[in-house]
Amino acid sequence: MPVYLDYNATTPLDPRALEAMLPFLTEHHGNPSSVHRFGRTARSAVDRAREQVAGLVGAQPGQVIFTSGGTEANNLAIKGVAALNRPGHVVIGATEHPSVAESAASLGEEGWRVVALPVDGDGRLVEPAIEPALSLRPALVSVMWANNETGVVQDVASLSARVREHGGLMHTDAVQAAGKIEVDFAASGVNLMSLSAHKINGPKGVGALIVDKSVEIRPMLHGGGQEKNRRSGTENVAAIVGFGAAAGLAKSRLADYRARLKTLRDRLESELCELDGIEIFGARVERLPNTVCFGAAGIDGETLLLGLDRAGIAVSSGSACSSSHREPSPVLRAMGIEPGLALGAIRVSLGFGSTGQDIEDFMTVLTMQWRQLRRMTGRAVGQA
Amino acid sequence: MSDSIYLDNNATTPVAPECLDAMLACLRDNHGNPSSKHRAGERAKQLVNEARALTAGLLGAAPAEIVFTSGGTEGNHLAILGALALNPDKRHVVTSAVEHPSTLQLLRHLESHGVRVTLLPVDAEGRLDPAAIEAAIAPDTALISLLWANNETGVLFPVEAVACIAREQNVLLHLDAVQAVGKIDIDLKQVPVDFLSLSGHKLHAPKGVGALFVRKGVKLPPLLFGHQERARRGGTENVPGIVGLGVAAALALEAMEADTARMRALRDRLERGVVERIPFARVNGAGAARVANTSNIRFGDMEAEIILDRLDRAGICAALGAACTAGGSEPSHVLTAMGLDRRAARASVRFSLSRYTTDAEIGRVLELLPGIVDGLTAVAA
Repeated sequence: MPVYLDYNATTPLDPRALEAMLPFLTEHHGNPSSVHRFGRTARSAVDRAREQVAGLVGAQPGQVIFTSGGTEANNLAIKGVAALNRPGHVVIGATEHPSVAESAASLGEEGWRVVALPVDGDGRLVEPAIEPALSLRPALVSVMWANNETGVVQDVASLSARVREHGGLMHTDAVQAAGKIEVDFAASGVNLMSLSAHKINGPKGVGALIVDKSVEIRPMLHGGGQEKNRRSGTENVAAIVGFGAAAGLAKSRLADYRARLKTLRDRLESELCELDGIEIFGARVERLPNTVCFGAAGIDGETLLLGLDRAGIAVSSGSACSSSHREPSPVLRAMGIEPGLALGAIRVSLGFGSTGQDIEDFMTVLTMQWRQLRRMTGRAVGQA
Repeated sequence: MSDSIYLDNNATTPVAPECLDAMLACLRDNHGNPSSKHRAGERAKQLVNEARALTAGLLGAAPAEIVFTSGGTEGNHLAILGALALNPDKRHVVTSAVEHPSTLQLLRHLESHGVRVTLLPVDAEGRLDPAAIEAAIAPDTALISLLWANNETGVLFPVEAVACIAREQNVLLHLDAVQAVGKIDIDLKQVPVDFLSLSGHKLHAPKGVGALFVRKGVKLPPLLFGHQERARRGGTENVPGIVGLGVAAALALEAMEADTARMRALRDRLERGVVERIPFARVNGAGAARVANTSNIRFGDMEAEIILDRLDRAGICAALGAACTAGGSEPSHVLTAMGLDRRAARASVRFSLSRYTTDAEIGRVLELLPGIVDGLTAVAA
């Protein structure tokens, strides 16, 4: 029986979300811009989903812009804000998702300067570096709510208050945080927030950017004027409906999610610690209840990953989005983890469907592979 | 809505049952991220690549020339912005006055950033003269961007001739083929375009997915950063949507001849019937080559919006030009470019058929429409 422990890469679609989507893949096939009955049915379904998505993160429905996913939302936030400001500074965290980091880097062509806020060994922003960066009066600060690789949570609310004092806008990539921990757009004081459906048991191909009504952004996609002219293109109705349903489900189970996953995760970590030389990254700070990222010197993460996969266990050696590169993860590098250790990093991310049996199976296979790899490494070291 | 007659397939089409089956299998069982290295990821990547081959097959393209997008609007943006980025010293774009809003609005925005745009006129039938293209090309022309088939009238542009001109003049060519794909034969081995956008939901695939053909050798800079789609389009792939697009492409290729013949016969029956029963009705663009499924009919000086409302109450769904601009009070820019005055443009209704349209449905429209029009004429009189 395969064991899927890669929920930060993508999650299975909840059957109830699929159920909600089905009518919009069959008889209710209208274009929400059409004024006839098919169009009106589609329009009201999109509006309902907008309320559900807003509800998950304490936002107003009018603040939700549906996008094709988290990457588009991050691009829209950063390029959309920058386009309406004179080039100056944009500040991002050192461990942002590539869609934030590369969007910010692309602004360099237009004269923007990108400042990366360093993180400490636990992956949290380094406090003394924040004030100097904010004193540059950046137009935009983008720091993720929770990291996709380590699960480390940043104090977004306190940062956004400081960003506001300096007259800037605050964006947070909450793709990994929403649905796993309490995320409140209004209470956090951020101006823009990115979400993705397929990380919360919704479908792929849909996400949202939540934008405070006082903030203007320039659209990336022009045309039919959908999403109040901020994102043109025919709405992906069925997927939006699935996103709404998944958001509603995620909200209703949030307390349960935290309790269940933290128990499983703590059990997994206590067993991991019995293996020789394991380090769990970010273990000392607040993390998502579902994520464990660990490494051990001298173990190659890729080899371990493939061995686990052969035994039917799906985990990740870092972010799925960068796993075609064979370099230590930029996130771990930013945390100052030495390359030897970072190259061995394995990310286990649990989901609402994960069970104690999954943990047991994982540990059994891991322990076996681990000993084997250790013996090989030992021999290699012995020969050197 | 099973008793409704849906004649607004240029706005969006129902998902083909075969597509839905393939998508459902994927939505239920396969939840891998194609970027993941484990089996679930490999399987998802394999599904995406199968769909890529099928989509390429519909266009006579190579699989590596297909970049999946979130839809037609994104495809048009990726091509136009990409072409300009590839030619930083060329700031001129040639297009037509009857393009889709996603092209026109983008170009309007770019005009405020120093891009020069030439909007070529069309004749009374909606046709474009290739000689006008040649004349419009300047030394700093970065791109020609044109519809293949017009979404409101179905009129086809002479893209083969334009492609030759673009090649000779060494200018990049983008075709917005959203309304042409699946309705006419397209072989990009024969037509040397550089970019071609298509949209899933116009050819019985789901909404939220599309593709941009990028000719091999053209190094397209991305709109969304990320390593996916060979760094040409970042973001986790919409696997079920892409799978649906692949199946829809295969179905379209297989059934094209039969489907277009059927749609053409039904469309012609509709147009003949309407003109016979409502003598003042005129078919816009009737003198031009058109795709087989589209009919844009002007009803004298009547308010098309009221006709559409009455049709809707009778269960018949048609449209006032493009869905994207529906609800706006402006008359269609396509029809006004064809020389119709505002009133005539506002008196025009678009009927667009699909492979699922039946003879009985067309019969029912022909039965009801004259009564609706008579009733409104009586009120006006």
